[in-house]
Amino acid sequence: MDADRIGRALTRIAHEIVERNKSVDGLAFVGIRTRGDHLARRLAAAVNGITGGNVPRGALDITLYRDDLMRTAVGPQPLVRRTDIPFSIDDRAILLVDDVLYTGRTIRAALDALIDFGRPRSIQLVVLVDRGHRELPIKADYVGKNIPTSAAESVQVRVQESDGCDEVVLQQESAR
Amino acid sequence: MTPASTTPGVAAPPETTTLRGKDLLGIADLSPAEISLVLDTAEAMKEIASRPIKKVPALRGKTVVNLFFEPSTRTRTSFEIAEKRLSADTLNLAIASSSVAKGETLADTALTLEAMRPDMIVLRHSSSGAGHLLSRICRSAIINAGDGMHEHPTQALLDAFTIRERKGRIAGLKVAIVGDLLHSRVLRSNLHLLTKLGAEAWICGPPTLIPPDVARFGVRATSRVEEAVDGADVIMLLRIQLERMQGAYFPSLREYFNVFGMTRARVRLAKPDAIVMHPGPMNRGVEIASEVADGPDSVILEQVANGVAVRMAVLYLLAGGAEHEEAA
Repeated sequence: MDADRIGRALTRIAHEIVERNKSVDGLAFVGIRTRGDHLARRLAAAVNGITGGNVPRGALDITLYRDDLMRTAVGPQPLVRRTDIPFSIDDRAILLVDDVLYTGRTIRAALDALIDFGRPRSIQLVVLVDRGHRELPIKADYVGKNIPTSAAESVQVRVQESDGCDEVVLQQESAR
Repeated sequence: MTPASTTPGVAAPPETTTLRGKDLLGIADLSPAEISLVLDTAEAMKEIASRPIKKVPALRGKTVVNLFFEPSTRTRTSFEIAEKRLSADTLNLAIASSSVAKGETLADTALTLEAMRPDMIVLRHSSSGAGHLLSRICRSAIINAGDGMHEHPTQALLDAFTIRERKGRIAGLKVAIVGDLLHSRVLRSNLHLLTKLGAEAWICGPPTLIPPDVARFGVRATSRVEEAVDGADVIMLLRIQLERMQGAYFPSLREYFNVFGMTRARVRLAKPDAIVMHPGPMNRGVEIASEVADGPDSVILEQVANGVAVRMAVLYLLAGGAEHEEAA
């Protein structure tokens, strides 16, 4: 996917969000750090552009909720980044945004983390890429593109804000 | 989520994502990059205190023993809150109720605890180097919460965190440290940290309380408090530790206050936006005047709040690393 197709996918998702949620009052975006956060920022801008509303946006770091934390005996601890949700999520419809949906474990961690912040009315999942291979019963509500992959491949999403360009590339996992 | 891939040029990745050692015994062992890692992680941890549920599952199933051979309220409480916020199981061992009172040595106490397979031991002891002893004989990660007159690394880290949060940086700042320099493990840890991160440190106290070995840190020492605080960005006060003083270091507490006590008039010699710090517990009217302790420049209570975040960062970073050395 190049920058143009990513842009169009996000615009389409923004329209779907507006269509499916009768009112944007009570909606809020929460992006999973780091690339989900950048995508959430763009989606929020797009939704606000369509509706003239002002949907709040937060960023969630799920590191401390990972299910593989402390299980890998070797290697460094994953870096913890700051969670920043500057509004109450109670009774809001949360749009949880991530770049790639794969095993579903990140989303499981994000759901646990979100519930610690309050009791949202609902949580809907937005992903730019769904690459399959789910290990948990999790499904996205809005998908930019379904990309069938093998487990030996990796999907790299790059976004302007953190990588200097917008693209999605499929790579063969290099043997390490 | 994709694995953390980074393309050069945009968001600079941190220089290091791990602490090299299995223990935190002193700032002397840390590189500037490791110090920055702890401070960055603490920034993320600080947010947890503002949540309705102040708890994350990161250290679930880990056991942390707080082994305190010296009285301590704030450090022990701070560690315990940090451990609980990370979901660790905590055990507090107070000296009065332990078998040390029955004549057991530190090493035997530690080995007995080790046999119960804790993951980390937070140690406060009146002997310098107590943490190093435990580090050699224990599999658990050892966190030094103050050893004699040697080091108190988490205090220096929380001081640095507070300075960085208020000033945006540490390098190039003038930091005046005034008080009981000779008996202070807080001073030693802070001098290591401030010089590693490029601050200009000044120390000030009665000549009898200036440690003979400070020259190796390359800091400026003076017994004129006005010179130390002149143009300072940070004024850091140290408690006069009467319990460690066996000789006559100065004539009286009143005289100490008259010559070195931090009054509003002396704070005015520093930069207009200077901050005043104290590791606590304070002796009001000895090293600090009440008007300064409670004044607008004081960040003393922020230091306490930041202490929890910094200790969470240290616990988190060390928790995954117990196997490092064998693996490397």
